[in-house]
Amino acid sequence: MDRRSLLKGMAGAGALAASGGLSAPALAQGAAARTLRFVPQANLANFDPIWGTQYVVRNAAALVWDTLYGVDDTLTPRRQMVESETVSDDGLTWTFRLREGLRFHDGEPVRAQDVVASLARWSARDPMGLMLRALQNELAPVDDRSFRWVLKKPFPKMLLALAKNNAPCSFIMPERIARTDPFKQITEYVGSGPMRFARDEWVPGARAVFTKFADYAPRQEPASWLAGGKRMLVDRIEWIVMPDPASASAALQNGEIDWWENPISDLVPLLKKNRNLSVDIADPLGNIGSFRMNTLYPPFDNPKVRRAVLMAMSQEDYMRAIVGDDDALWKPLPGYFTPGTPLYNEEGGEVFTPGGNLAAAKRLLAESGYKGEPVTCIVAQDQPITKAQGDVTADLLKRLGMTVDFVATDWGTTGSRRASKAAPKDGGWNMFHTWHAGADCLNPAPYTAIRANGEKAWFGWPDSPPVEEAIGAWFEATTPDQEKAAMRRLNKAALDYVVYAPTGFFLGYQAWRKAVSGIVKGPLPFFWGVSKSA
Amino acid sequence: MLAYAGRRVLATIPVMAVVALFVFSLLYIAPGDPAAIIAGDQATPDDIARIRATLGLDRPFLVRFGEWSWRILQGDLGTSIFTALPVTALIRQRIEPTLSLMVVTLILSVGVAVPLGVAAAWKAGTLVDRLVMTLAVLGFSVPVFVISYLLAYVFALELEWLPVQGYTPIASGLWPWFRNLILPSIALGSVYVALIARITRATMLEVLAQDYIKTAAAKGVGSRGLLFVHALKNAAVPIVTVIGLGIALLIGGAVVTESVFVIPGLGRLTVDAILRRDYPVIQGVVLLFSFCYVLVNLGIDLTYMLLDPRIRY
Repeated sequence: MDRRSLLKGMAGAGALAASGGLSAPALAQGAAARTLRFVPQANLANFDPIWGTQYVVRNAAALVWDTLYGVDDTLTPRRQMVESETVSDDGLTWTFRLREGLRFHDGEPVRAQDVVASLARWSARDPMGLMLRALQNELAPVDDRSFRWVLKKPFPKMLLALAKNNAPCSFIMPERIARTDPFKQITEYVGSGPMRFARDEWVPGARAVFTKFADYAPRQEPASWLAGGKRMLVDRIEWIVMPDPASASAALQNGEIDWWENPISDLVPLLKKNRNLSVDIADPLGNIGSFRMNTLYPPFDNPKVRRAVLMAMSQEDYMRAIVGDDDALWKPLPGYFTPGTPLYNEEGGEVFTPGGNLAAAKRLLAESGYKGEPVTCIVAQDQPITKAQGDVTADLLKRLGMTVDFVATDWGTTGSRRASKAAPKDGGWNMFHTWHAGADCLNPAPYTAIRANGEKAWFGWPDSPPVEEAIGAWFEATTPDQEKAAMRRLNKAALDYVVYAPTGFFLGYQAWRKAVSGIVKGPLPFFWGVSKSA
Repeated sequence: MLAYAGRRVLATIPVMAVVALFVFSLLYIAPGDPAAIIAGDQATPDDIARIRATLGLDRPFLVRFGEWSWRILQGDLGTSIFTALPVTALIRQRIEPTLSLMVVTLILSVGVAVPLGVAAAWKAGTLVDRLVMTLAVLGFSVPVFVISYLLAYVFALELEWLPVQGYTPIASGLWPWFRNLILPSIALGSVYVALIARITRATMLEVLAQDYIKTAAAKGVGSRGLLFVHALKNAAVPIVTVIGLGIALLIGGAVVTESVFVIPGLGRLTVDAILRRDYPVIQGVVLLFSFCYVLVNLGIDLTYMLLDPRIRY
């Protein structure tokens, strides 16, 4: 034994003794095994999944509130709180029946009245919910376990709307809570899911704790993403917020945490070398990088200028700036939809070429009549993904011969400035960078960023009737072939107009200690089925 | 002395009023919008506008400032926009870790820096002096986060003596509480030790050159008595001043240290609130820090009278 090993051994023994580890009774060791310590992607700053639509809120809410339906890992909606559903022959009346034995965390049974109030609140905030509201004749309970949704027009995507995992999800809350104005935050957290939210232990910005709800009635089917039997194999889950990735990495290596949702790619090689850790892709649906151009003001009010930028882009440059040299983490994306999913297509994607076609782009820019107007490019420096993309774009625009007004700022400022329709010189903008979860880009339903309905569209306010027509066709499609045809038209129309510029498809890792098992890849961390050995 | 302290406490009221106006105005003109952050990435401009209206952020400056000031006068710091929890509750949750970190840092730093500064002055020009001053330069030069990472790597990851992160409340036991604070306190105290050691050395050198010290030495006073009874007491006023002023350094440093060592304190609360534009929280915490700073200055001024009977207000 060398001096270093001896020192480490003594230190380890000392630390163990000091922490009570040597004398810990079996009960204490068991308690440790039943507590899962998890580092989420962000701070859980609020806990109303309808009022606040951040992913971290949705992820925590999925533990505490259940949904009527849930998507499984084949992206198929499955029954969850619902026992059965019927739809009338004309497709206008849906009747749903709840499973028996469903209870809220305060012990009260889940009634149809609770579901109706929850759906009413959700549908005031969710894009698909708003569509349903526009078609709604009546949403009302039939009895304690059944409710009816009567529409003016068939809505073939009903089950998808109720099952989707995109925020806001249609979580079921007690009626008295669900009656809260959807634009105001709830202050009572009585759930319907497998874990209770320990409000008295919540330290926003630092810690959130969830404890097992003994009366939860899981389905009998095996769990698959948000569907199936959500069986909790741990009694307590502690979310520990760690804003500093280096600290999270050290804590995971030291055994102070069990599971880290999103380690940064720079630290992954270090984690992979540690024999006590497992590292794998977190979400196979990944993310789509993007920048948006403001179609209200020159130069991007001209579609030729937008096309010229698209033509000049090298998606590889963007992706390497985001994920580094790990080729397993990215792929080019000649379109707007998540690769590997049923509706993915590359129609119109020939505008992208490997490395970009700068010469052709310059010709198109000259043809567009671009007069050297400055491009106000807003780049949030506190988000590594937006910063990386912004740096690549600034260089791209300069090489293209455009004048760049690079505004380095933070995400909070970007968030408010991008909503401004003022001219760029008056506090508006020409371009900002962001990214979209691949789970939001499977189809047009939750995909706000693909809409091109002018004033009502997402920031940049694209206005393209062909894009909107294709989206409408997808909503009305009743067969997979009809859906695919609509999506091909949509991808092409959106690229022709340049609703936004996709910078590529990228994945991220998750890491956990080998003592933890049952972790699956998915669009959010699923805690059911996850266990931990002592 | 009591009358003076009373006058000084009353004088904090206009100071706090100016701070309140300044903080509120600064946040009002600062870019960013909490409604946009709440609404999330998929929200439409209409959603953001509606949330802004429900939060009252669309009302005129004077109305908002008037309401906020009125509540402050009643001891109500408002409610966090994001968590819907009272700002006082958030501060209550976070104050123990920050106070613990600052107190332990202060005790460790003063306990180490003053003897080091005295030793450097006593052995001026020798290896001891150079060593102490080299440490002081390093303390000033190396950023707190670098020291933090080095300490965590060596003492937590390599030697496994101490935890990498976290905070244990003092109610859970003195050793678990202290164990979590050792590394953050050393990291945070590095600049502070450097500052106090340098000022102690400089002041002690000046005092040790005084005639009364030579007289005391000539009368046979031992070196310990000479240094700690005669010299240090007379050098104490500038040292205490620097210790007091350095508390501002601790407040600033706590933000970084709390982030690196994952301590749920007021520093992290402030940074999170700034990034999210949680105005009531920022305003409440800045007011609290300002008030503490004013109180610390008052405490220092009163300490002068105890250290030097010639000082009277």
